[in-house]
Amino acid sequence: MTNLSIQLPGLQLKNPIMPASGCFGFGREYSEFYDLGKLGAVMMKAATGDERFGNDTPRVAETASGMLNAIGLQNPGIKKILETEVPFLSDYGMPIIANVAGSTPEEYEKVAAAFNETDQVHALELNISCPNVKEGGVQFGTDPVMAAEVTEKVKRASNLPVYVKLSPNAGDIVGMAKAVENAGADGLSMINTITGMQIHLPSKRPLLANQTGGLSGPAIKPVAIRMIYEVKQAVNIPIIGMGGITNAEDVLEFLLAGASAVAVGTANFQNPFACPDIIDALPETLRKYGFHSVQEAVGKGIIS
Amino acid sequence: MKKAEEMQIIKASEIARDTVEMVLRNRYISQHAAPGQFLHIHVEGHTLRRPISIADVNHEEETVTILFKIVGSGTRQLAANRPGMSINALGPNGNGFPVLAQPGKTVLLAGGGIGVPPLYYLGKTLKSNGVKLISILGFQSKVDIFYEKEFSQLGTTFIVTDDGSYGGKGFVTDVLDDTGLFELYYSCGPGPMLQAMTEKLKGKPGYISLEERMGCGVGTCLACVIPASNGDGYKKICKDGPVFHAGEVSL
Repeated sequence: MTNLSIQLPGLQLKNPIMPASGCFGFGREYSEFYDLGKLGAVMMKAATGDERFGNDTPRVAETASGMLNAIGLQNPGIKKILETEVPFLSDYGMPIIANVAGSTPEEYEKVAAAFNETDQVHALELNISCPNVKEGGVQFGTDPVMAAEVTEKVKRASNLPVYVKLSPNAGDIVGMAKAVENAGADGLSMINTITGMQIHLPSKRPLLANQTGGLSGPAIKPVAIRMIYEVKQAVNIPIIGMGGITNAEDVLEFLLAGASAVAVGTANFQNPFACPDIIDALPETLRKYGFHSVQEAVGKGIIS
Repeated sequence: MKKAEEMQIIKASEIARDTVEMVLRNRYISQHAAPGQFLHIHVEGHTLRRPISIADVNHEEETVTILFKIVGSGTRQLAANRPGMSINALGPNGNGFPVLAQPGKTVLLAGGGIGVPPLYYLGKTLKSNGVKLISILGFQSKVDIFYEKEFSQLGTTFIVTDDGSYGGKGFVTDVLDDTGLFELYYSCGPGPMLQAMTEKLKGKPGYISLEERMGCGVGTCLACVIPASNGDGYKKICKDGPVFHAGEVSL
């Protein structure tokens, strides 16, 4: 029997697979494809203080082995999310991780504090790495001093464990990870998307209305693996890994690099069953490479 | 629970310039598809599925017909699939055209380019309900024209081309004064055409079908949105649409 369970701050996961924030909404659409209770956890779409309408369209562009997106944190705002989305997801019984975003440190604080009102959310993912908004977002995720400041504020405001979502756009990913660890982060999630651009030939203009977008999908997996591998050796808090995962082999690669659990993003769009398919395939993949549990594989790829 | 469906390709042919018609067999989709809905089709080697509208349905044969234009690597790859092979599709997705008109009433169908296909299954359905149809179909040029005969069998059909190489020269909206009276219109085509249609037919009940680059195709990712005309945020084209009441969204 392969043991898929893993324990992280605030999270008792029956398996290490969860949909990534922004790629799963609040679960309603994918609940029409399978029982969400099968998931290890769910990372909700970003919540901001007020409703956000997001960017103009086009908001997505396909790339080689990936895609660019510039949604712009469209969400109904923290109040509505607490009233309607959290209770919906909670009925499925798996842990819920709320993604917290904002334009100012104060907005992050306010949103984080609002999640204290419910006992249906188990951890926060601090989104200081969204590249698609004009204010805040990745600005906090590329400056270690600002990242630490937001992390401290949110830690003070929240009763929940805080996972800080790191941006691959940071110059020094290890320095960034250490900065937020020192500021009190309980865990890390990495990586968010990489800022990119596509020029549309017929119009000879950037294809996305926002001009730049976040690159995701298999194209960025090697970057994610490298960054997790480096960060794992420098910090003592667990990592939830993400970036281009499409199958159980990818998951094992993330575990070996140092992730304790993983999130699946872009793959959901091509295959709505990506998460349950990976959960089904994971025991056999672990066995094939000589592991009896998820825990056993974490960080085993690191040459010390 | 929804599934991803395997659809066997029965027939594939190029019926106009870079325009492919494919007949696909799948019981579930053929029994559930409504006019104006779309399939979200996986294309080998591509991250994102391609949304393609349903052009016709044959319940007895359990087939669905799609038409698409080869415009990039995804549609080129899709066009390379041959009869006997299967493609993987989510669907039928979205909310299609409400089939509202009463028997004896007259309805206008106005399609531009690759916006023409979804109007065909709608037209067939309306005609079988006893509705009278007038169609205006616009294409770039003579070599791009398809389904002229099919629409002519449904009712009076006007063809226009941008370059005047066949039918009238000009846009779909240029013919609006020549069609005679109609109570309701349905339209699908490029953004500027839909803008012109809804502007010119302001006050007349109508439905428009929109196209946008999509991610998930099921309403999750918020890629394909359009502002609601009442200022209350966005509508999702894939889930709330692709068909909207003409006054519902801000084009």
